Amino acid sequence: MFKEMHDLFQWAWLIPFLPFLSFLIIAFVTKRSKRLSSTISILAILSSLSLAVAIGLGVIQSGEKIVEHPAIVNVNWLNIVGLQIDFGTIVDPLSAMMLFVVTLVASMVQIYSLGYMHGDEGFSRYYAYQSLFASSMLGMVLATNLLQLFIFWELVGLCSYLLIGFWFFKVSAREAAKKAFITTRVGDFGLLLGMLFLYVKFGTLDFVALSAAMNTNIQDVAVIGTAGYVTVMAFLVFMGPVGKSGQFPLHVWLPDAMEGPTPVSALIHAATMVVAGVYLVARMFFLFDHADPMALQFIAGLGAFTAIFAASIAIAQDDIKRILAYSTLSQLGYMMFALGVGSLTASMFHLMTHAFFKALMFLGAGSVIYAMHHKQDIWEMGGLWKKMPITGTTFFIGVLAISGVPPFAGFWSKDEILAHALHNGHPIIYGVGLFTAFLTAFYMSRLFFVVFMGPEKKENHPHESPWSMTIPLMILAFFSVFGGFVALPEHNFAFFIHYGTFHHEPIAWGLAGISVVAGLLGIGLAYATYIKKAISAEKVAAQYSGIYKLLKNKYYVDELYLWLIHHIMDGLAKILYWFDIYIVDGVVNGLALITRGSGRVLRRTNTGQLQTYAMVFFFAVVIIFMVFAFGEGQLSALNPLATLGGVK
Amino acid sequence: MGTIVFFIFAILSIAAAWMVVTSKNIVHSALYLALSFSGVAVLYILMNADFLAAVQLLIYTAAVSLMVIFAVMLTLRGDICESNTENKSWFAGALVSGLLFVVIGLVVFTNADWRVLAAPWTSGGSAEDFSLLLLTRYMIPFEAAAVLLTVALVGAVILAKGVNESK
Amino acid sequence: MIGNFSVGLSTYLLVGAMLFCIGLYGVFAKRNIIAVLMSIELMLNAVNINFIAFNRFIWNEKIGVNYLLTGHVAALFVIVVAAAEVAVGLALIITIYRNRQSTDVDDLNWLKW
Repeated sequence: MFKEMHDLFQWAWLIPFLPFLSFLIIAFVTKRSKRLSSTISILAILSSLSLAVAIGLGVIQSGEKIVEHPAIVNVNWLNIVGLQIDFGTIVDPLSAMMLFVVTLVASMVQIYSLGYMHGDEGFSRYYAYQSLFASSMLGMVLATNLLQLFIFWELVGLCSYLLIGFWFFKVSAREAAKKAFITTRVGDFGLLLGMLFLYVKFGTLDFVALSAAMNTNIQDVAVIGTAGYVTVMAFLVFMGPVGKSGQFPLHVWLPDAMEGPTPVSALIHAATMVVAGVYLVARMFFLFDHADPMALQFIAGLGAFTAIFAASIAIAQDDIKRILAYSTLSQLGYMMFALGVGSLTASMFHLMTHAFFKALMFLGAGSVIYAMHHKQDIWEMGGLWKKMPITGTTFFIGVLAISGVPPFAGFWSKDEILAHALHNGHPIIYGVGLFTAFLTAFYMSRLFFVVFMGPEKKENHPHESPWSMTIPLMILAFFSVFGGFVALPEHNFAFFIHYGTFHHEPIAWGLAGISVVAGLLGIGLAYATYIKKAISAEKVAAQYSGIYKLLKNKYYVDELYLWLIHHIMDGLAKILYWFDIYIVDGVVNGLALITRGSGRVLRRTNTGQLQTYAMVFFFAVVIIFMVFAFGEGQLSALNPLATLGGVK
Repeated sequence: MGTIVFFIFAILSIAAAWMVVTSKNIVHSALYLALSFSGVAVLYILMNADFLAAVQLLIYTAAVSLMVIFAVMLTLRGDICESNTENKSWFAGALVSGLLFVVIGLVVFTNADWRVLAAPWTSGGSAEDFSLLLLTRYMIPFEAAAVLLTVALVGAVILAKGVNESK
Repeated sequence: MIGNFSVGLSTYLLVGAMLFCIGLYGVFAKRNIIAVLMSIELMLNAVNINFIAFNRFIWNEKIGVNYLLTGHVAALFVIVVAAAEVAVGLALIITIYRNRQSTDVDDLNWLKW
């Protein structure tokens, strides 16, 4: 049985390869035909999806064996003395789960884009990018070592850049694309340093080998140096996820990334690429585990802070996509602090459910935007429920799921995170998480009530989106409803994806009840405010205008960065410019001046008088002759007259 | 006898050389040059180099001196008595040459081991021995020298003739 | 053949050195380029004296009896080269004179900056 399964797992490389092939075909052959390009791309991703499903089922069947021994295929790629890098695929429950999530969301988004991107100039280009992205993301998930992961990590960053700037004729899109790329680069630099450090200390970047090396050598000071080194490595590696997964303070790129087409936001900036950071931390969890506990505490703290920070901003936003973007940041914070409190299972579980319901909501928002002819301000919408029943219903499912209402997917995963936070001794983080859950429920319901309920606006003529857009919504809604059930004991999600020794924890119904109450409170508050108008939002905003302005302006983080760049960076640049002009150039020009000046002086000695030259020459001969013949010390050792018997 | 002859001609050639470089008249210089060459030829004979002495007389004393005089004749202008003056830095030149002479003299006198023969080599130096050596062991340099002379001859003709004006 | 006289190697070498230094002084000090050429001939002569003196007075087992006249041969080649040099040198002087109307070495300084 296992042998057959292993044969199946060996074909995992096809999953990223098929979309890559489709990218090549679209880019070089079929880009003129929109229909052909999209067909090829969707066929490729659907094939990958079926393969991913097959591998997922295979993993479930293999059970304990695959948990203990991941199926790894490695091909030697780089082999220089002192540097050996493999390319390969790793199939274990973690990657199988990610493969399924990524291929599912990617196929849904690609099908959805048939409708959303219909008639766009760059339709074929869009599908080429989509395929490239899917390929890179899947390759990253399957990576067996850090360098391979890093390559695909940067490739998804590139695709993100290309897709945010897809409508490059818009200045804001171009700027957002640049911002996203550069901001994540800041984090990637740390990741690269961490990789170098790891390679120097352990001589390998392979996950399995690294893990083994750490387990055996953690006490061995000769190998690792001091234990502090591992902590430094952990922090450096963590910088990558901070950038990629939009953790504070590198979160600023994600809201701006909403300049891209909405399906792109759903795929890249909600469901897949942004969770790459979480996935990396999960993959490298052994590193964080062996580091000082401070490292995990830091991750937990940062994640929790990002969660509540982004959630509070989301309350005061008006743009439908930006609300969702801040919601994504907040949920990413959730996943991070789940890892920080030591629960790989909860984090990965939330990653999966979040991918379902956040993709669903983004695609729903896209459907709304499509119907509203690219208006994005929620206050210009209203009463869309009746006009767009499918979008409205599925969106509502998404809201319930993210708010943690049972039995929807978000309830199970969020509850598990909060339970772990409390059980593992982080009551403050539990409190922050609980409050964030309340805020999340509030701003999501606010979004829903304002857009779908309330009075209709006469100037809008919305209509339900075409089937190509609503079917993916329904499929994702299905997963948002039932995706949480994998956590039930009989499905044993926690057994497959865990770190360290496995011990099953039953669902704590008491804690779950508290978080459900928090979610319902949030929904109720939003209902009271925006439907019943029992509380006037304007009055509250006016009363706490300071806080409101702070939230509205996203805590002025962008402004702070701008100020820093204008004053600190530009000032530094001016100093360096001065240094370059006057010191560096001064040295270079000074050397040139000295050369020219000495040349001007010395050329006087070049009189053109043959006899002077001859005189100098013979004078030198006499001097040298005397030194050799009568000189003391070392020079006399070279005495040419010694061959004649010596002068002395 | 030999010693007397040696000193006479050595002093003669050195004195003539001295006159070559000190004479103000270039024609006198050229004539003293011939005299100096002749003295050196006698020194050659004293050293058993008969053939070379003949060559010295034929080439240096006759041909070279003659050519120099012709060149003087072709290039002379102005007062002949002031045709061969010293330049401004003659004293420095004298100093350097004097210094060099002192150094060479020191080496000659202080060097203990010249591996001098117990009795000087007396045979050889005749045209017969010499030609035998030239046409066997030194044949290729000999031919090269012949080519060099031919080339120098042609070159000298071309240089002296100048650019063809008729073109 | 004048044999059995007691003038040694050093004496010949000194004569050669003296001739050489006089020639060198001429090269340094004379204005007329033909005089410079004559001085060079003097120096070459001094070299020849040295060649022949060494050939006569110095024995080296490595040379062997068959090559005893090596110094003479060298001297002969010096004479050959000197002859060629004089021919070409004088031709050059005449050409320069034709172009510049001068044989003063101090005037021949066009190849400087």
